[in-house]
Amino acid sequence: MAVDAAGAGRAPARTPGAPPRRTTRPRRGGRLVPYGFVSPFFLVFGIFGLYPLLYTFWVSLHHWDRLTGDGGFAGLDNFQDLFADPDFYTATFNTFSIFLLSTVPQLLLALAVAWLLDRRLRARTTWRALVLVPQYVSVVAVALVFSQLFGRDFGVVNWALQHLGLISEPVDWTAETWSSHLAIAFMVMWRWTGYNALIYLAAMQAVPRELYESALVDGAGRMLTFRRITLPAIRPTVLFTVVISTIGGLQLFAEPFLFDPQANAEGGTEHQFQTLTLMLYKYGFINNDAGYASAISCVLFLVIAAVAALNFLVTRRLGGGSGR
Amino acid sequence: MAPSLTTPASRPDAPTALPGAGGPPGHPRPRRRRGSGPRHFDSAGPLAYALLAAVVLASVFPLYWTFVVASHGDNSVLGGSTPSLVPGGHLVANIRRVFDTVDFWKALGNSFAVAGTTAASNVLLSSLAGYAFAKLRFPGRDALLVVVIATVMVPTQLGIIPLYLLVTDMGLYGTLSSLIVPALVSAVGVFWMRQAMEENIPDELIESARVDGAGHLRTFLHVAWPGVRSTAAVLGMFTFMFAWNDYFWPLIALPPENGTVQIALNQLAAGYYTDYTLMLAGVVVSVLPVLALFAVLARRIVSGVMDGAVKG
Repeated sequence: MAVDAAGAGRAPARTPGAPPRRTTRPRRGGRLVPYGFVSPFFLVFGIFGLYPLLYTFWVSLHHWDRLTGDGGFAGLDNFQDLFADPDFYTATFNTFSIFLLSTVPQLLLALAVAWLLDRRLRARTTWRALVLVPQYVSVVAVALVFSQLFGRDFGVVNWALQHLGLISEPVDWTAETWSSHLAIAFMVMWRWTGYNALIYLAAMQAVPRELYESALVDGAGRMLTFRRITLPAIRPTVLFTVVISTIGGLQLFAEPFLFDPQANAEGGTEHQFQTLTLMLYKYGFINNDAGYASAISCVLFLVIAAVAALNFLVTRRLGGGSGR
Repeated sequence: MAPSLTTPASRPDAPTALPGAGGPPGHPRPRRRRGSGPRHFDSAGPLAYALLAAVVLASVFPLYWTFVVASHGDNSVLGGSTPSLVPGGHLVANIRRVFDTVDFWKALGNSFAVAGTTAASNVLLSSLAGYAFAKLRFPGRDALLVVVIATVMVPTQLGIIPLYLLVTDMGLYGTLSSLIVPALVSAVGVFWMRQAMEENIPDELIESARVDGAGHLRTFLHVAWPGVRSTAAVLGMFTFMFAWNDYFWPLIALPPENGTVQIALNQLAAGYYTDYTLMLAGVVVSVLPVLALFAVLARRIVSGVMDGAVKG
């Protein structure tokens, strides 16, 4: 594909000929112009998106130092080392744990928020905008703010929990597996719930109102109309968000990276919140073992593809079931 | 007037996905709705408002708290038995300290340069591609469009190591071009502009311009572009915000001393002892441009997100 695009990219160079004054038919070179218009995308994606992704596989089969370059063919050595590395299993567990903790509640909450927004509201644009604000705060800012909120000594969360009598001692959120996963999941949820809610809302608004009205006349309650009418109608959108959230959620980097004040990509003293992308960064850019890091990339790619496909199938079935 | 938010392009599949909608089964007796009166069936009750207010509080509180901490003299605001929810008077002093601690001016300049350039190029290149996909006929068009859409799902972040090697080979490491060039145009932008062209520019207009002998570029500039300017503006804004907030790639492609705002922010947080007032004052400076843009254009952004959703 990249090759095609490259060929098309050269096309417009031939066309800057005579100015088009009062000709009644398009010039001959004009046939290539559309390809010229669409080629920048394919060039950029091919060179900076697709090619590096494919090349990752090649690098993963080599002993490759990031700074000194290719150190010879390694076969599957990097993969063998990876599968023997306990950190890899910890990181895989952490990745899934944080992904589930952040994505499942986030999408359910987004559905609820969209459901609330999908009615006659005063100042509805203001409500929508306020819900959307977190999406435009950078991940770095979110991570720093939430590191404060979840701080052991000065954190607001500990203060609130102590005041409510739920805990007696301050929680060191970064120290434990469950607490660090929870804190990181909150960062992700905070940033993405409103955005997904608006996406669901847009889909909900495409559902004809008469359907609700007639259902209500027939005595169906709010919950029932939501389950029988709204959910089946927005199913394609739910599928879309599930797949996109899977792809994003399994690649979390900035939140766990910055949650650790050391920012050394270890993900805590015992790797308790080191995700696979964090591990990829550590080996690629701190240890400079590009081959090993590329092996992590390849495995993560397969994991993402498998989980995204699985989620797609499961969500489609579930949606189909509730719609009957 | 801003475009209406309530009438997104209707989805052809929506009605067919509603089995038995005419008469919901399994509910023999009509139930009385609580507080039934002249209220419309889908108007929001007090409970809905209360719940929404809670959601909004949760989404705004961390930002307000950031502002409170950033406006106090030192960490002591946090140490008391009750955290203060009232802003202090040290915001300006703290922001000044931010600029003394790291080269924040340079970081702001870099971020503006990168975000501004990518916004402009995305608008231009996505509009051209969108125009071709929506209004020109050429062999392979539909297949190419499918490819564009499919690329949204490709986790390109996983190619980060070869991307670094490539950018280094090209001599771009450490330069702002290393951030700009890979982000010149995106699939989402192309798809968006195609949609805008399709909806806003009648085919007849294009054809009559072509019959009059206008070339592709001229037709694009004088016929198509004026009809999609407002969509292009929203796309530019989204691209700006996205580039401004990006972190992973700038962290890798730029040395810390020539970083973007996000990198500078990260530096403020580093160290054994976290100076929260300093760190969060940095956060305030870094989010202000984006939140200002958001506040001014909230209506457009909301409809942009929702339009994109329905089409996507």
